[in-house]
Amino acid sequence: MAELRKETSQEMGLHEETLKGRTQKKFFSIDESENLTYFHSFDVDTSKSATIDALDMTPREINREIRELMEKGIGDITVDNPMSRHGVGVGILNRLNLTFSDSLGYFGCGLIDGPNVHIKGRVGWSCAENMMAGTVVIDKNAGSTFGAAIRGGDLVCKGSVGARTGIDQKGGTIIVGGKTGAFSGFMMQRGRMIVLGDAGMNLGDSMYDGTIYVGGEVEELGVDCVQADMTELDVRYLTEKLALYGMKTPRGVEKMQKHISGKMLWNYANLEPNEKKLIL
Amino acid sequence: MGNFSGKGDYFMCGIAGIIHKKAGKGVNIGEQMTSMLQALKHRGPDSTGYAMYGKDNGNQILRFKVAEAADLEGSYDIHATIKDRMETVNSRLTELGVKVVKKESPTEYAHRYEVQFSGDMKKVADFVEDVEGVEILSIGNSLELVKDLGDASVVSDQYGLNDFNGTHGIGHTRMATESDVDIRSAHPYWAYPFSDVAVVHNGQLTNYWTNRRSLERSGHRFSSNCDSELIAVYLADRMSQGDDLETAMKGSIDYLDGVFTYLVATKDQLGMAKDVMAAKPMVVYEGEDMIALASEEVAIRTLFDHRIETFDPYHGEVKVWQN
Repeated sequence: MAELRKETSQEMGLHEETLKGRTQKKFFSIDESENLTYFHSFDVDTSKSATIDALDMTPREINREIRELMEKGIGDITVDNPMSRHGVGVGILNRLNLTFSDSLGYFGCGLIDGPNVHIKGRVGWSCAENMMAGTVVIDKNAGSTFGAAIRGGDLVCKGSVGARTGIDQKGGTIIVGGKTGAFSGFMMQRGRMIVLGDAGMNLGDSMYDGTIYVGGEVEELGVDCVQADMTELDVRYLTEKLALYGMKTPRGVEKMQKHISGKMLWNYANLEPNEKKLIL
Repeated sequence: MGNFSGKGDYFMCGIAGIIHKKAGKGVNIGEQMTSMLQALKHRGPDSTGYAMYGKDNGNQILRFKVAEAADLEGSYDIHATIKDRMETVNSRLTELGVKVVKKESPTEYAHRYEVQFSGDMKKVADFVEDVEGVEILSIGNSLELVKDLGDASVVSDQYGLNDFNGTHGIGHTRMATESDVDIRSAHPYWAYPFSDVAVVHNGQLTNYWTNRRSLERSGHRFSSNCDSELIAVYLADRMSQGDDLETAMKGSIDYLDGVFTYLVATKDQLGMAKDVMAAKPMVVYEGEDMIALASEEVAIRTLFDHRIETFDPYHGEVKVWQN
């Protein structure tokens, strides 16, 4: 197992910098009243149900129908026959129980903040991109860029996923029941990724932060991704998290490998040439 | 082909393929391919192409064009020119001893000949293509390669493909990004001079010109400036040196630089290869009797009225199916 070599960069003060710009705390300041409401978010009652037959509907019509039902206060919606269409179930910004009876295409359930989604099939590329909160559970496989740039919530695929899973992940948890493809966790910044099967080449390449757990074999670690020791806290976290979705790893969570950022590339672009030589 | 531009490249060109393991007398793959390609229209509306494999009746099938579709609108004497070119092609075939047993002309510029000839078909292809404006689209015992401008419904109607019976096929919907909107640059590409070998590609090859010059020095011909043609020529080159299809395809993963997913079909095989970055999409349905592949599941879904299981192939993966 590779050792963490954080002394050099930490001695240089690279981990102590103050973040600038609009932080989340400031963005949701109580003094800014416009930040306390969400455009197009609705109060819904999850005891009220409705079903949409999407067989002959366009993605726009499906999304509009979901919105109109939410406007009426319906909080439990089932979409039948989504027929692998793209961009369905997107932009939902409130609590909602949403079920798709079959597969979705690209960008399914993107830009969501709060709903609990169950997809009884497969999803194409970029499922739940930029998800803020809620849960998305997929019964079958998923395509590439699964959970790109998610900031919160749980994104669960019970099958295998394609390449670049969790690219630019900024929070939340991605769980993969099978294997994941190349460049998973690429430029990951926060959050956790749990892969119960194998991981393809360049796992965690250029990751800034966050944690990647792998239950199977790792083909190759990416630049600046290092293996770390599993702690009791990790084991407890994994056990409880996987139990939420009825998932298990054949070898037990204790045998999973934990990967984190070596942080040797942190602020690499800002370093002087002699400093780059120092850390490489 | 298409540009690699991060998320924007999701929707550049669509490819699809289908192979039936127990086709017997053949199934209507023309209708199936049209259904899949039409569902991929949003990935490329400029042109649509098919390479489909029907029953081998002992004759060679020669598909060729004597002009571009756009030529008909831009030249006053094009009709006379086409007539002259056809006469020259016919006389050259006769000169080489090629017996034409059946002629079909779906359009004024695209033609299908069934021929009987036991000699060197490469020589025939070279001699016919030597006629200005003439391009051989394909030669094979069962391969029917059709490509033209427009979406799948337009092309299938134009060429009568909706009731084509066969065992397997590949197809392409093209969004032109690096070469012209014309038939020459449309997919599929025939792997000249190999009978019954055709390729479709989604992606962008960055070492196209370097490798093209190298292959041209080895005697291979390129009919377009489309980077995708490099795949067909490379596979032809490797197979001419004794590689089987799967070995040649595995070699292509290192040989080709850039991002790509491509499909290749031979008389009885269908293959798929994906680059090491897995940057271009491909979804596979693998049933007991049929395998269907497409850039998007929405295309495969048009073939079924029930839920299906699909998966994404992984980076650097090569798969070959036999019918």
